[in-house]
Amino acid sequence: MSHRRNVETEPPTLNSTASVGKSITHDSAEQHVKGSALYIDDIREPAGTLHVAPIYSDATSGRITAVNLDAVKAAKGVIAVLSANDIPGTNDCSAAMGDDPILADDVIQFHGQVVFAVVAETRNQARKAAKLAIIEVAETAAILTARQGHDKEQNILPPYQFKRGNADKSIKAAKHTHLENFTIGGQEHFYLEGQISMAVPKDDDEMLVYVSSQHPSEIQHNVAHMLGLPNAAVTCECRRMGGAFGGKETQSAQWACLAALAAHVTGHPAKMRLDRDDDMMLTGKRHDFECNYQAGFDDLGVLSAVEMTFLSRCGFSCDLSLGVNDRTMFHSDNSYYYDAVTINSHRIKTNTVSNTAFRGFGGPQGMLFAEHMMSSIAAKLKIDPLDIRKANLYRDGHETTPYGMKIEDNIIADVIEELEESSEYRIRRNEIEQFNGKNPYLKKGIALTPVKFGISFTLKHLNQAGALVHVYGDGSVQINHGGTEMGQGLNTKVAQIVADEFGISLDMVKITATTTDKVPNASPTAASAGTDLNGKAAQNAVITIKERLIKLAMQLYQVTENEVAFKDSNVHAASHILSFADLAKQAILERVSLSSTGFYATPKITWDRNTTSGRPFLYFAYGAACAEVTIDTLTGEMKVDRVDILQDVGTSLNPAIDIGQIEGGFVQGMGWLTTEELVYDDKGRLTTHAPSTYKIPTAFDVPEDFRVNLRASEGNKEDTIHKSKAVGEPPIMLANSVFCAIFDAIASLNRDKIPHLNAPATPEEILRAAGEMKS
Amino acid sequence: MRNSIEFIRNGQVVRIDDVDPTDTLLDYLRLKDGSCGTKEGCGEGDCGACTVVLGSHDGKKINYRPINSCITLLGMIDGQELVTVDDLSIAENALHPVQAAMVDNHGSQCGFCTPGFVMSLFALYHGDGKPSRQMVLDQIAGNLCRCTGYRPIVDAGLEACSGQANDQFTAQMSDKNTLLSGLSAEDLLIGNEGRFFAAPRSLNALAKLYTEHPDATLVAGATDVGLWITKKLADLPKIIHLGQVAELNNITENNQVITIGAGVSYDDAANILSSIDPDITEVMRRIGSTQVRASATIGGNVANGSPIGDMPPMLIALGASLTLQKGDDSRILALEDFFISYGKQDRQQGEFLKDITIPRLRDNEHFRSYKITKRFDQDITSTLGAFLISVDRGIISGVRIAYGGMAEIPKRANSAEKLLIGVALDDIYAIDVAIKSLENDFSPLTDMRASDHYRMTVAQNLLRKALIEIANPATATRIINNRGQDHVA
Repeated sequence: MSHRRNVETEPPTLNSTASVGKSITHDSAEQHVKGSALYIDDIREPAGTLHVAPIYSDATSGRITAVNLDAVKAAKGVIAVLSANDIPGTNDCSAAMGDDPILADDVIQFHGQVVFAVVAETRNQARKAAKLAIIEVAETAAILTARQGHDKEQNILPPYQFKRGNADKSIKAAKHTHLENFTIGGQEHFYLEGQISMAVPKDDDEMLVYVSSQHPSEIQHNVAHMLGLPNAAVTCECRRMGGAFGGKETQSAQWACLAALAAHVTGHPAKMRLDRDDDMMLTGKRHDFECNYQAGFDDLGVLSAVEMTFLSRCGFSCDLSLGVNDRTMFHSDNSYYYDAVTINSHRIKTNTVSNTAFRGFGGPQGMLFAEHMMSSIAAKLKIDPLDIRKANLYRDGHETTPYGMKIEDNIIADVIEELEESSEYRIRRNEIEQFNGKNPYLKKGIALTPVKFGISFTLKHLNQAGALVHVYGDGSVQINHGGTEMGQGLNTKVAQIVADEFGISLDMVKITATTTDKVPNASPTAASAGTDLNGKAAQNAVITIKERLIKLAMQLYQVTENEVAFKDSNVHAASHILSFADLAKQAILERVSLSSTGFYATPKITWDRNTTSGRPFLYFAYGAACAEVTIDTLTGEMKVDRVDILQDVGTSLNPAIDIGQIEGGFVQGMGWLTTEELVYDDKGRLTTHAPSTYKIPTAFDVPEDFRVNLRASEGNKEDTIHKSKAVGEPPIMLANSVFCAIFDAIASLNRDKIPHLNAPATPEEILRAAGEMKS
Repeated sequence: MRNSIEFIRNGQVVRIDDVDPTDTLLDYLRLKDGSCGTKEGCGEGDCGACTVVLGSHDGKKINYRPINSCITLLGMIDGQELVTVDDLSIAENALHPVQAAMVDNHGSQCGFCTPGFVMSLFALYHGDGKPSRQMVLDQIAGNLCRCTGYRPIVDAGLEACSGQANDQFTAQMSDKNTLLSGLSAEDLLIGNEGRFFAAPRSLNALAKLYTEHPDATLVAGATDVGLWITKKLADLPKIIHLGQVAELNNITENNQVITIGAGVSYDDAANILSSIDPDITEVMRRIGSTQVRASATIGGNVANGSPIGDMPPMLIALGASLTLQKGDDSRILALEDFFISYGKQDRQQGEFLKDITIPRLRDNEHFRSYKITKRFDQDITSTLGAFLISVDRGIISGVRIAYGGMAEIPKRANSAEKLLIGVALDDIYAIDVAIKSLENDFSPLTDMRASDHYRMTVAQNLLRKALIEIANPATATRIINNRGQDHVA
């Protein structure tokens, strides 16, 4: 049984060209299937293009004592070996903190830290030469885990706390308490297109950098600082990425800088494409956590107090760890009201790669904590976990989060009710109990878990976007915005918005590559906010041009503003109808500008981190998932049998794209919590650095019975673009249902014990946790 | 002796004489030919972004198989038709049915894995009729997608591959067959005495060449050797490809035994080995991926001596034997005696594996095998248990137990085997003693796939599971694939 998606929930169209709300296919879909969509490695290389490969030592931490590069320099095809001394400007590629050396100088801080880069005529020559370097390091004791670092008070950033009431006192006073310590694994992005950049030297020291990045503006600034150039001398361009998921927000910078440095030093175009193993070892991942908590609750499982401490492995540098860990704290409540609460967050410095953004940006770890706690309380009280979850939801009179923001758009109870009904949760709960009673070796579990995800960058200034729209004399429209396309369909949605605003058909709108010379100072495409921000900015640009065209039509046809309408690719001026193209032509003759920028800044955001007050989010996206699993108690193997999802996307701009984000996000989250395990050896070297050892889900892991629906919605309560809601990150956390269903299956083994399950729930972890239930 | 490779592409014969032994097909496509539709995702045959299709004629029609071009050596495509994503929609720029279904079902997001999926589905489109959902899943098990969650791709596969193939490739099939038949059948050797890619066509030619060059690397599917080149950056100056040696591709059988040539791919061996027991079918379904099984050979899995190869423990439990040949001489060896220690096998310089002989099950013999991995599909085994158990009137009368992933070589469980002989299937105490004794037989390692403790626990539980299943066939013990039956739950 394959359940076709509910993509029929499209609004009635007002005119024939309207595309917003329709399941338009991705704008590059035909090129994708034909193999003609150009990724950076597919761009024809300019003659003389050189190739760059990284050189790193085998050490994890210590001081470089001796270096011998003779063999590297003598190797076939080698043109240059770059070191920190070759950098004319600043040796840093961090977002802000200044602690990410492009090439390590003197000190090694993690295994895989790049010390030199070799430039050769071919990529294989560069890779082979890189292996010939001899780097001797006086190794020092490495700190590898968050726990080790915490014990030694190694904080990369100061600890941070949210606190309301006296949780300690309330826990002591509570009828029941639960105390727990569990770990949450990290996650490799595994974008299919690895990190890549190609730098082309231009006239007058200018540099053009093609880069697969979610943040071309930042790459531009990184490259300029490195070369000692003004930002204006560097242009960064990204037409599309072959996946990113947060892994190309800051993590593309180092390779772009090295390509640009090679181009600067040699005068040749230079390309750097990391080998997959290097990519996995040398770039940051989702933060892994140790989570300690205690909770106080009553007979019905209603929480009176929660106290939690998160230790997060940040790696050797700050990168985005401040925002990531803040978001863990912001989402450690998920959809639940904690009366007295203390949330402690420690950002631990370790001798490992610097962990970074990954879809959900810390939110998934916080939310998994909340769900872990709910499952544990249920096991302790022997109450259905869904009832525990429902009893703790944000509700009337309990609407203020631990960080002081009042929730104004709460619909989570309704979402859960609807899914409980449509998934037949209670009936299946019964069936599962019968199954478990009959089967000694196989056990089933089920869980229905909610998601409430805050939308906006918690760093206020990032909540802005720019766009540039040109209308040409033939009526065709070119749009550009600061967002980047990584497969999420941003360009398709923005094109739909622009086409509808002009009342023209989608094929008249041409999307172009993101480039820093069209839209400057753009924010990263992240935080699920790509469409919210860039869609509005593009709409604003269109509105500016339309205002000029309306004025022109009023003059030409002696009509009032209200009599001018844009629809069906025509412009109606009272009874006069002319094509959009004709009016554009007319505008040129009448010397009316057909080009405009557009700008948008998210309203209502007032978060002040220093005082821990204000409003960090414009709104919340809600959803819920119900997962059923079977585990094999002899081997720990697990199969997801069925998943039902109900997601609130407000008024969908494109149901097919939104469904794609939900299904893809869910499966990615499921991988994080089940088969995707990052293993480091005792020297801190990642041993799962290839798809042979690091296992993301395959098609077989996705349940055949997979029912995904968009919740019928009157639209976002806030004034977002066409009343839609963000959909990029929230679905990751729907996969918490799979983890909790595994927990539920293990709990069935012994009702007098509370399972102790860490993430990821690999077969080994499941067998271990199941084994603990026996005695 | 021929010194250029020949293959068919876009209806034309392509001849290349500039072939280095270590050139990969993907590098040829992207760097030399400028066909950039085919992508590199991992460079080790695990993600499928580089999937292309090779066609070979099987007498009547052209058989299309997807392979990973990143670890396929260019010389290996000699004598076949090559189809890449760039070749599908050339006519009138129209989309191939598989491509159209991918678009219609929203099967691409970032698009980077898409060409690989298209090619895997293209091969399925040219398969044997309407595929089941499971067949689609198996077809794309070697294609990783990080964006979509696969559902729309599976739907596209079911939709596009439901009818008779009808595209330019079926239309041109007879012309292509003619072209393929016209390609040279001469032995191939490109290069010189010190550096060459060779593909002998007969066992005699192979024996002669390998005697002259015992330092050459023998390559069958290159699903292992390919990684030496792309990942270890090894230089392999002399490569002898076994894929065209006619005698190595033979399969023979009688009532008692099956004999498989060392050059037979998993794909080609799957049917006949499945006739022994459905558990072999299931383990083989999960070995590598469709791309890997189209290239890789059972012989290679044995000859490279990996401690985590899946076929050796199953074949050891079944009592398989090998024929090794050197020059004109050959000898027969029990498979378990072939593995001496880690990286060391009983194979002399210049000696090569000719074939493997596997006994069929007798009436009182029960076979069970279980492949334990982090992820079900396309994952390397942490522990594989294979059990051949003879039962007479409820008493165990014969036992062969072999494990992979439990020692430096695939190895039998001698203590447990001894303790089980004469034990009744319902004697839980005696069985517990035997299970416990696996701790005497093995001291497994901890690595990124599993800890020593997990490996031991699972090895013990797998033996328990096999005995439970044999004693009580009605008890549900499997969450996937109940010996070819439907899901038990």
